Amino acid sequence: MEKETCTFSYCQKPPVVEVETDFLIIGGGMAACGAAFEAVKWANPKKLRVTMVDKAATDRSGAVAMGLSAINTYMGGNKVEDYVRYVRNDLMGIIREDLVYDLGRHVDDSVHQFEKWGLPIWKKGDDGFSLDGFQARDAGKPLLADCKSDEERENLVVRSGKWQIMINGESYKVIVAEAAKKALELNRQVTGVPQNHFERVFIVKLLMDKNKDNTVAGAIGFSVRENKVYVFKAKAILLVPGGCVNVFRPRSVGEGMGRTWFPVWNSGSGYAMGALVGAELVQMENRFVPARFKDGYGPVGAWFLFFKAKATDALRDDYCANQEYIAEAKKKYGKYVDAMGTAIRNHFMMEAMIRGRGPIMMWTNEAMANISKLMIEKLGEKEGMKKVKHLEAEAWEDFLDMTIGQAGMWAANNIEPDKVPSEIIPSEPYFLGSHAGCAGFWVSGPGDIPGAPSHWHWGYNRMSTVNGLFMAGDTCGASGHKFSSGSHAEGRIAGKWAIAYILDHMDFQPTPRENIDELVAEIYLPFEVYEKYKTYTTSPHHISVNPYFIKPDQFQKRLMKIADEYFGGVNTWFKTSATMIQEGLRRLQLLKEDANRLAASNLHELLRCWENYHRVITAEAHARSILFREESRYPGYYYRADKDFIDDENWKCFTIAKYNAEKDEWTFRKEPYVQIFP
Amino acid sequence: MPSYVITEKCDGCKAQDKTACQYICPHDLMTLDREKMKAYNQEPEQCWECYNCVKICPQQAIEVRGYADYIPLGGSVYPMRGSDSIMWTIKFRNGVIKRFKFPIRLTPEGSIDPYAGLPEPDYSKIKQPGFFNYEAKKA
Repeated sequence: MEKETCTFSYCQKPPVVEVETDFLIIGGGMAACGAAFEAVKWANPKKLRVTMVDKAATDRSGAVAMGLSAINTYMGGNKVEDYVRYVRNDLMGIIREDLVYDLGRHVDDSVHQFEKWGLPIWKKGDDGFSLDGFQARDAGKPLLADCKSDEERENLVVRSGKWQIMINGESYKVIVAEAAKKALELNRQVTGVPQNHFERVFIVKLLMDKNKDNTVAGAIGFSVRENKVYVFKAKAILLVPGGCVNVFRPRSVGEGMGRTWFPVWNSGSGYAMGALVGAELVQMENRFVPARFKDGYGPVGAWFLFFKAKATDALRDDYCANQEYIAEAKKKYGKYVDAMGTAIRNHFMMEAMIRGRGPIMMWTNEAMANISKLMIEKLGEKEGMKKVKHLEAEAWEDFLDMTIGQAGMWAANNIEPDKVPSEIIPSEPYFLGSHAGCAGFWVSGPGDIPGAPSHWHWGYNRMSTVNGLFMAGDTCGASGHKFSSGSHAEGRIAGKWAIAYILDHMDFQPTPRENIDELVAEIYLPFEVYEKYKTYTTSPHHISVNPYFIKPDQFQKRLMKIADEYFGGVNTWFKTSATMIQEGLRRLQLLKEDANRLAASNLHELLRCWENYHRVITAEAHARSILFREESRYPGYYYRADKDFIDDENWKCFTIAKYNAEKDEWTFRKEPYVQIFP
Repeated sequence: MPSYVITEKCDGCKAQDKTACQYICPHDLMTLDREKMKAYNQEPEQCWECYNCVKICPQQAIEVRGYADYIPLGGSVYPMRGSDSIMWTIKFRNGVIKRFKFPIRLTPEGSIDPYAGLPEPDYSKIKQPGFFNYEAKKA
């Protein structure tokens, strides 16, 4: 097909707004808000400008937009070294232990700040039962920040697992955003810039410097509200737009396509933008397939850990203790089976399902009955039932704080969890570096951890292999299990080091080498294409059957079909192989070419066009990384059916991917894994 | 579970400086039909059912209808979000109703002073572990 270009013959050329800043934060989620909070404090005395650009409204952007019912990373009285061991175990032995340790030794302060800002955190009452945030305040329980020791804190919080603490988190993001916005306001007062917080501006590409090799100089994007393109010039950039969802076809493909586990607006923009400027990626073969309540995707963690519910197959077999499955798995995956991480548990769940022993059930009713019995024995009928009522509210809050649709799912199906069990299922693959996954960029470590190779530190903590380009949260790879608090803390680490980088490079005048006019034309190409061809057929804009263009939703469905069928989606029980990936990549290449024919009839569709372009690059990084790694490192998440084993001898290493956008070429290398903590 | 807007209740936020649902939707889905001055969800299949439009609507004009893919009709989940707590009403298909109230924040909205009581940064430590106010935990 002939290549389309935008000459603004059919759509109007947008005005270009240029913004100069020192530190640019791309994204508005937990990592971005952490970065703003920390960086402004270091930037203000030096009169450095800090700017945040969010494609949504920061009060409710990112993965915490709906709220959360728990903070999953809080050290308290635990040892940071044990946190490293837990993350390593869950991520099948390959993590950057320097990064994980570094995060663990910082994370608690973010949690303490959240509570000071107003986040209600559950506390243990004097009777040993949990108090919600209001009850804890009224009972005179101290703030975590005001405790004298970690032991005191550990005795105060309500754990739902070794690393999790319970919160009343409906407004978690609103609170964290308010602190970040206040910080940015203080930065405006000091620097005199009129605006340093841009909402509804979607950054789509990074800009590289004309004079300095391999150095980032800015970013370009567009307003989702008015016809305007924004060019930001910055000395350092933190790239934190989240993970990637809807590359793989989800289990619901109609209206429910958006009812994904991770937020559907996470479009791989970070992975794609960093890859396009040649930053090295790591562990992009990694994906997370969360096992959740079926269809509604409600969290199971509190049910397992807090209410002690059991899950079995429909014939009441505990699939994780099935000797036949274990023996078979051990032949392929060896010692990793004993470790029983999240991936392996998924594997066993599917072993039961493929034998026709589904559906997998979570016995919430039995858990509630056990708890009721215990409470009544302990406290008598009246007080005991009161506690049970409280527990029931806590179980519902778990959904209502973070996955409201699951409550709707139960209500519409007449499922009362104390009366009947509920079905759980491994959902579909997601890419992320913050939750139980480790996709992302290869970054510099902190440099002070004994045992870390010296070449894992190139001057600035969390800086990627592109000078001045920092990563955190979902974009910082090989180091998962940060969750919300860890992403905030990692944003702070990266933000502080970005300011250190800027102070070391005060003479640097960022000068984008790209031709801005050409980029503006490229960004608006979907408008040009749409306007040029829209009258060729009679289809109205929301139907759009047209041989000359493809709308973003159509493009997304094509991508999801390729990923699902060739790269190991639910369609093949997460199985793929070298030959399947090669055919998928052939199809993906044609899709990439057709990105040139993406068409948008309004600004929302332009946003969706660019999101899906980012998804395609992310998908390619993923597929090619699986192809490079000739083993099945994450059984339960994906299988190379042609290499269905874990091969520590050859593959206990990091997979590093690099994209050359000019030549459209990917190169891969192995980086040895180094164990720092025995 | 896509959100929908009740025609009679939506006034297009004409008395406000911006359309609340359009302002808050994390995926840019809520939009305003300027002829009718009514908001609607322009791409329900990309809706995460995060309820932020429902919670923010000053007219209580927005509700959620379970995804057609798998949710039987007849149930509903509706929040009333106040300044410090939220009240949920869950209606089952069989008519059972459950109500829950949970805290959402301990401080008044807008009152956060992020650096109150915290020290100034020490630039000699900028390349060491720790934050401006916090020494990293030691092994």
